[in-house]
Amino acid sequence: MNRLLTAAVSAATLAFAGPALALDICVEGAYPPFSETAADGSLQGFDIDIANALCAEIGDECSLVKTGWDGIIPALLEKRCDAIVASMSITPERQEVIDFTKKYYQTPAMFVAKADAGLTDSPEGMAGKTVGVQRGTIHHDFMEKEYPDADLKLYATQDEAYLDLTSGRLDAVMADSVAVDDGFLKTTAGEGYAFFGEPHADPAIHGNGAGIGVRKEDTELREKLNAAIEAIRADGTYEGIASKYFDFDVYGS
Amino acid sequence: MGSLIAYAPLLGAGVLVTLALALSSLVLATSLGAISAAARLGAGRVGVAVVLVYTTLIRGVPDLVLILLVFYGGQRLANGIGDGLGWEPVSVSPFLAGMLSIGFIYGGYLAETFRGAYLTIPRGQIEAARALGLRSLALVWTVTIPQLMRFALPGYANVWQVLVKSTAVVSVVGLRDVVGMADIAGKSTREPFVFYAAVLLVYLGITWVSTQIFERLERRYAVAAH
Amino acid sequence: MRLDLILANWELFAQGVWITLQLTALALVIGFLIALPAGIARARRVPVASPIINGYVYLFRGTPLLVQTYLIYYGLSQFEFIRDSWAWPVLREAWWCALIAFSLNSGAYATEIIRGAVETTPRGELEAARALGLSPRQVDALVLVPSALRRALPQYGNEVVFMLHGSVVASTITLQDILGVGRTLNARHYLAYEGIVTAAVLYMAITFGLVALFRRLEARYLRHLRIGGGT
Repeated sequence: MNRLLTAAVSAATLAFAGPALALDICVEGAYPPFSETAADGSLQGFDIDIANALCAEIGDECSLVKTGWDGIIPALLEKRCDAIVASMSITPERQEVIDFTKKYYQTPAMFVAKADAGLTDSPEGMAGKTVGVQRGTIHHDFMEKEYPDADLKLYATQDEAYLDLTSGRLDAVMADSVAVDDGFLKTTAGEGYAFFGEPHADPAIHGNGAGIGVRKEDTELREKLNAAIEAIRADGTYEGIASKYFDFDVYGS
Repeated sequence: MGSLIAYAPLLGAGVLVTLALALSSLVLATSLGAISAAARLGAGRVGVAVVLVYTTLIRGVPDLVLILLVFYGGQRLANGIGDGLGWEPVSVSPFLAGMLSIGFIYGGYLAETFRGAYLTIPRGQIEAARALGLRSLALVWTVTIPQLMRFALPGYANVWQVLVKSTAVVSVVGLRDVVGMADIAGKSTREPFVFYAAVLLVYLGITWVSTQIFERLERRYAVAAH
Repeated sequence: MRLDLILANWELFAQGVWITLQLTALALVIGFLIALPAGIARARRVPVASPIINGYVYLFRGTPLLVQTYLIYYGLSQFEFIRDSWAWPVLREAWWCALIAFSLNSGAYATEIIRGAVETTPRGELEAARALGLSPRQVDALVLVPSALRRALPQYGNEVVFMLHGSVVASTITLQDILGVGRTLNARHYLAYEGIVTAAVLYMAITFGLVALFRRLEARYLRHLRIGGGT
């Protein structure tokens, strides 16, 4: 039924739109394993693969626009791109400015620190500790709201936060558990570091999973993408991509 | 050291981007500076006022602030203009944002340099040329411009040296210039020191070569003074 | 134009202004303290010291402040021996790294300014001082230095503005100076430019204030160089 619906929508769109419109998709390229930039400049990662799969499903030509996290929502609003596939969490705050498709994955956030640091995951335990987060993320929001007494340091990219963590400037980093695991803990730099505390997933702050951002007026595009997400989940494409990166269910419940 | 060699091609590509950005910004700055100096010297009240506002304001804004403004905010302007004229929206790339910002900022400084240089040309030379019957265009070409270049050269060289270093800051909006590449390489290898040290050497090299070129130019143009 | 968000966060901007002014002023002062002896030594071509100072000046004037700062902040922290040393409590802090980079940078430019000013001291002033029987130390302290500082005033005024503008680099190493606050605000509320425009306005205001201040200082201390009382 879904595939039929998708096919019908695609056909209708093609009929009315004329030549296939190129879909520009904003991606970050600095958030392994979801998106990263290889030494030769090419983009790789879960987000990238999902974006390409969805485009194939919709039938549009896609071009990926590498955009810094700081300006990614303004980039969408200013029509530099038509969709954001950058592990962006669906939060009420963001929904005031843009719209999201249904989620395409969901993973909790966690603290990471030196394995023997002996830190306690509580507002009192983290008071006065220096914690690094990426500026403008749900983790930034979370730390400001739930751990106001921690000394917060803001970084333009996750990588910069990891650098300062390993050099000892930061006591801990708060970020997406999967990003930390694959982008840091499993690398040589991450040896001797570990998660502490429990996973954090407060819908009001962390949202309900990561979705694809679109402009509020692009309801048609949002529906196309929603249908495409369902399609690739149904026919196993999603499974195929996810298993390349994760050995657990990244979609969440 | 090994990682430096491994990333050398990437750094090399970055150096080319840095030079391209610096040179294109210089062209824009020179044009703006020349037009502004001319306007300041010859145009009516309005022209002079516009130029004064431009040179005063532009020297009050730090380069990184203007670059961020042009890069993040400029898209809206580009869209607005594009919509108004019915064009396809142009994307403001980091390179374009950098070039426009740096060009505008140093255009303001060059306006002062050119104006000061023009005012240094002895009036007598212009009068003598007129007395010899040289008309405006010939006068400008054979007398004014060579003299202007002589007097403006030191100031121009200074502005160039500052402009070149200014390009480093465009890496903050993602430009893959030599600093941007060093950022990427340093973070991937977790050996930022050697890459930033290499970048310092690159800039010292550019500074040194520039100094040689300008010294040679000054020697050549100073000869005409006799 | 979300002015309401800017106004709601005016305290953050005020803190940003404080950090910017702090870093700029301290860097200028430390730079000056480095430059005064260094500039004079260079002007006098003191052996051994002169080439070393020349090397320092060449390095810090010939390379971008951003890269100097990154080298000190990210580059040094890479090494175990630095992290284990006595210097680490200082180098660990972004603020100190910024101050060190800014001071060294400002010191290099100021050294050249002072060197130039000392070298162009009118012979007459020095000869007159010696003719009056002043010892070399007294000549330096009472005549050479004040005279050089006066003549260095216009260029030094420029250097102050350049240092203010250069201080934006601090925002790239986590410091919440004026630009840092502007960028954080933009990121929190998904704005494209409001935070940065506010930062630009603040920097312009401070710049104009400094320029006006230096005009006043020049009018007062360089009065003797003005012909006919006009500029």
